[in-house]
Amino acid sequence: MPATVEPTSVGPTPVEAASVEATSVDASVEPGRDGSAPSDVPAAQTLRPHAEDAFAAELAALAAQDDRPRPARWRLSPWAVALYLLGGTLPDGTVITPKYVGPRRIVEVAVTTLATDRALLLLGVPGTAKTWLSEHLAAAVSGDSTLLVQGTAGTPEEAFRYGWNYARLLAHGPSRDALVPSPVMRAMAEGRTARVEELTRIPADVQDSLITILSEKTLPIPELGEEVQAVRGFNLIATANDRDRGVNELSSALRRRFNTVVLPLPETPEAEVEIVARRVDQIGRSLDLPAVPEGVDEIRRVVTVFRELRDGVTADGRTKLKSPSGTLSTAEAISVVTNGLALAAHFGDGVLRAGDVAVGILGAVVRDPAADRVVWQEYLETVVRERDGWQDFYRACREVTE
Amino acid sequence: MNGTGTGTAKPLLLGVRHHGPGSARAVRAALEEARPGVVLIEGPPEADPLIPLAAAEDMRPPVALLAHAVDEPGRSAFWPLAEFSPEWVALTWALHHGVPARFIDLPATHTLAWDGNGNGDSDGNGGGAGADGDRGAAADTDVRVDPLRVLAEAAGYDDAERWWEDVVEHRGVGKGDALAPFTALEEAMTALREEYGDGGRERDPVREAHMRLRIRAAQREFEGGVAVVCGAWHVPALRRRTTVAADRALLKGLPKVKTDMTWVPWTNRRLARASGYGAGIDSPGWYGHLFAAPDRPVERWLTKVAGLLRAEDRIVSSAHVIEAVRLAETLAAMRGRPLPGLGETTDAVRAVMCDGSDVPLALVHDRLVVGDVLGEVPAAAPAVPLQRDLTRLQRRLRLRPEAAEREVELDLRGETDAERSRLLHRLRLLGIGWGAPAASRGSTGTFRETWRLRWEPELSVRVAEAGVWGTTVLAAATARAEADADAARSLADVTGLAEDCLRAGLSDALPSVMRSLADRAALDTDVGHLAQALPALIRSLRYGDVRGTDTAALAEVAAGLAERVFVGLPPACVGLDADAAEEMRGHVDAVHGAVGLLGDAPAPGHGRLRARWQSVLRTLCARDAVPGVLRGRSVRLLLDDGELAREEAARLMGLVLSPGTPPADAAAWIEGFVGGGSGGGLLLVHDERLLGLVDAWLTGVPAEAFADVLPLLRRTFSAYEPGVRRTLGELVRRGPGSRGGTTTAAAGAPGFGPGLDTARADAVLPVVRLLLGTDGDDRETSAGLVGVAG
Repeated sequence: MPATVEPTSVGPTPVEAASVEATSVDASVEPGRDGSAPSDVPAAQTLRPHAEDAFAAELAALAAQDDRPRPARWRLSPWAVALYLLGGTLPDGTVITPKYVGPRRIVEVAVTTLATDRALLLLGVPGTAKTWLSEHLAAAVSGDSTLLVQGTAGTPEEAFRYGWNYARLLAHGPSRDALVPSPVMRAMAEGRTARVEELTRIPADVQDSLITILSEKTLPIPELGEEVQAVRGFNLIATANDRDRGVNELSSALRRRFNTVVLPLPETPEAEVEIVARRVDQIGRSLDLPAVPEGVDEIRRVVTVFRELRDGVTADGRTKLKSPSGTLSTAEAISVVTNGLALAAHFGDGVLRAGDVAVGILGAVVRDPAADRVVWQEYLETVVRERDGWQDFYRACREVTE
Repeated sequence: MNGTGTGTAKPLLLGVRHHGPGSARAVRAALEEARPGVVLIEGPPEADPLIPLAAAEDMRPPVALLAHAVDEPGRSAFWPLAEFSPEWVALTWALHHGVPARFIDLPATHTLAWDGNGNGDSDGNGGGAGADGDRGAAADTDVRVDPLRVLAEAAGYDDAERWWEDVVEHRGVGKGDALAPFTALEEAMTALREEYGDGGRERDPVREAHMRLRIRAAQREFEGGVAVVCGAWHVPALRRRTTVAADRALLKGLPKVKTDMTWVPWTNRRLARASGYGAGIDSPGWYGHLFAAPDRPVERWLTKVAGLLRAEDRIVSSAHVIEAVRLAETLAAMRGRPLPGLGETTDAVRAVMCDGSDVPLALVHDRLVVGDVLGEVPAAAPAVPLQRDLTRLQRRLRLRPEAAEREVELDLRGETDAERSRLLHRLRLLGIGWGAPAASRGSTGTFRETWRLRWEPELSVRVAEAGVWGTTVLAAATARAEADADAARSLADVTGLAEDCLRAGLSDALPSVMRSLADRAALDTDVGHLAQALPALIRSLRYGDVRGTDTAALAEVAAGLAERVFVGLPPACVGLDADAAEEMRGHVDAVHGAVGLLGDAPAPGHGRLRARWQSVLRTLCARDAVPGVLRGRSVRLLLDDGELAREEAARLMGLVLSPGTPPADAAAWIEGFVGGGSGGGLLLVHDERLLGLVDAWLTGVPAEAFADVLPLLRRTFSAYEPGVRRTLGELVRRGPGSRGGTTTAAAGAPGFGPGLDTARADAVLPVVRLLLGTDGDDRETSAGLVGVAG
């Protein structure tokens, strides 16, 4: 029973751990295709308000006190955007909460990229706050994070260009009124930031339609003999999963249009344990699983195993290891622990034990039955077996591995 | 600026940061403008006679001034100079303009003596000891005041290096007054010195006193003004008015040691290490670029990076460079820096040219930011201390370097011979091939070595080259071995190196070699490599025992290696063709022998290796997908170890030889079980049941399949000794008398009575024991022999 990777749209991330709005749960990101964002619903009632609504007060305070030069149609100066993301205190005492906890460099490069009028590509394994960061960037730069294209294997070209309102098209013939603009087209016309989620899942021919938009900054409408030209302030943030290689790898022509920032996994084991525990708790509550306080040790163990195999070196930095082919992301650790919790609750005594997570770990680690199994066994024999207090874990893993 | 022409004018004090390209440029401009009559440079005065060499044609920085105690080459200090070092710039300026140059720091004869006495102040690393601590060597910052840090904090920077770079190094060529920056810096430093005094460096007053004396002497001696290039920290002290008598008093009674100086080649990598000149610099390549670039340093740098990445087959176009420059400049603006520094350009390269990946970036760091520059020193430079150390050792060990070839036999049990062997091994590690190991005549004991010695003239050059690694043969060989361990590509290289280290007695290098070995073993996915490495390691282990080296670390690594082999072997034995299976059989034998030796001395935490190995063998012999030759071999090894009962072995053999198994597979099994020169024939001679099984199988092989298995069988049985072959033949010819019979004892050979006459047999035993020199039972002896033979 392999652990499944969570869809990215879930968006639980290191930042949530630090943000005040940590209560947000599994809300999928709104497709927002037609642009009619549910702005008529009060933000407080929505399951998950948009970043610009949830942090409206902070954005307003920043805008009021921002005296640095702003690029055309930016709501804030680049400094203020970076401050909004990294958190800090304004001169008047307003506290800006950190939205992204991670290297400062990443935020600076991302904001600067947008300021230099280059498209930004956020890369990272699932669960590294790509979507979260892009949403907040768009909210801070353009005050609007809803111009979004969700990339899937079935995303059509219309998602980047325009569609037609066929009733009107048939009744009145082709005209601008019959045209349904895509989020990207609207962003171009209004000089805002468009967002593309999961760029690499979009078919290659559809991806290619982005090239003209990004290099020529125009979108021709041959049916009408017109074109839409991007105004200053237009930019694009794309996110992609860099472990799912070979899905629809970006062509080098498209890649060249982007500045790439790779979002790292949580830096310390403690941070990662915290994220996993928090998410497991959230998911567990929604599944009505009992809360298991003793489980933290087991979570720590899962996170340690994942980190060690992922990094190819033991936590004490003394022994190198082979890395298996799987991603072993934080999201997968969450899934393994949730699985184990369900096992413990329904078939065990309710306490999360080594045996409950062993199967899940095996499934997450051994993706390629031949090569990964050797990696896993070697890890068990050379690292786990000798480790103090891990004997039960070793036995449980041996049991399911044999 | 100073009144030129009057000897008593104020000296021109140029405070710099060592290895600061901005400082270097400023120094050059200041010297051009002031045109002093003499240039004084902070550095050991013993190096004065070496100054002209700096202008030699084949002198190429980075180089270092090396001071070492004559009687104790291990005690040494380096003053590294790169092309962009202000000191180097001052030196070359003076030489090109025919202006005398002098070093004015405290003589190395004192500083080295100081270090030797170990009065607590020294950080004790030979490299950094004599260098000066103006910028607060990284190791010392906790005790000493870092002047730059204080200034940077005052300016609101959290990073002193960055502040200095923004304020000093990144400035373009000064357009206005070339001396103004130095004046400003002096004021800042004066304020600092007023507050912190000598900042916790108790040697500084003494050094500064010496510098003041030398400046005064130079002022008297030379016309045309004096320019002094020294660490910015010293400037206020040199400016201070003191009496000659007071300075002399400070210098009284300093310890002394006889020292020698020379130039040695240096590398950028060593500049980058924090051991060199007081404080190491992280990015010599970047500094070199800043110094050499006539203008637009960022554009030029990024073009260079693009060139490197292109050479490594990454697609990087000019458009990339343009975007990278834009990003770097905007980043600098965003971070509030006047010009993009290394941090900004690196971020830009990562985001634009490397797709956010750190892997190509590591290449950029290695090749450009640090850079692979190796300095050169003219042949006329005095001999390096390594040569002296070698000469000393040669004299002590009575091994004279002679051009004629001769052979020496070393008995490692003797102290002198052991030391000679170590010296030769160390030299070999350093690439100084004075001695070549030759095959020992007669004795094959590990305590005996034969060397063929021949001193070729070019070996002296090699010694000079090896001087980069250290000042004594031991230190140099250790450093070299550690570097080699890092650079080694394959596992076999590292195991070889470990062996060399043991032979050369480099126990200090062993930990890093072991670490490298463990890392390579962990990442090597080919069990074959691991299995090959294991016997070599075991050999080293035994060798180490002979030498009395501490081999605990080695044993642990060997045990870890064995564990990995155990895990990886069963999957690796599946689906092999005949040749690969044959090769793998060699590996199995090798590991078996190694485990046999290692199992006697279990490493801590690795339990019973022998038992685990046996379980691996059991897995192998039970798996159908494993080639027959490996299964047969596994059964045989288990049988020899007494881990498998004869009945069980017979059962397994029966299974394989039953009609369901393809004849070729069965033949391979037999080859694995009794083939080769491992005493398989005798086994068949003595266990008629096994022979019976083989016989029955062989007669049952269908005619059409027989031709296929014949070559394999021929190979199996032709390797037996003639005597064994004949006995087997006789046994078979004697026919099916014993076939199906369960006891061998009951059936007598034709012409003999049934059973043994035990009384008569016993009578021979004492003689046999005497001949064999053993009291053990013969089965165990033969098993041991088999194990070692593997």
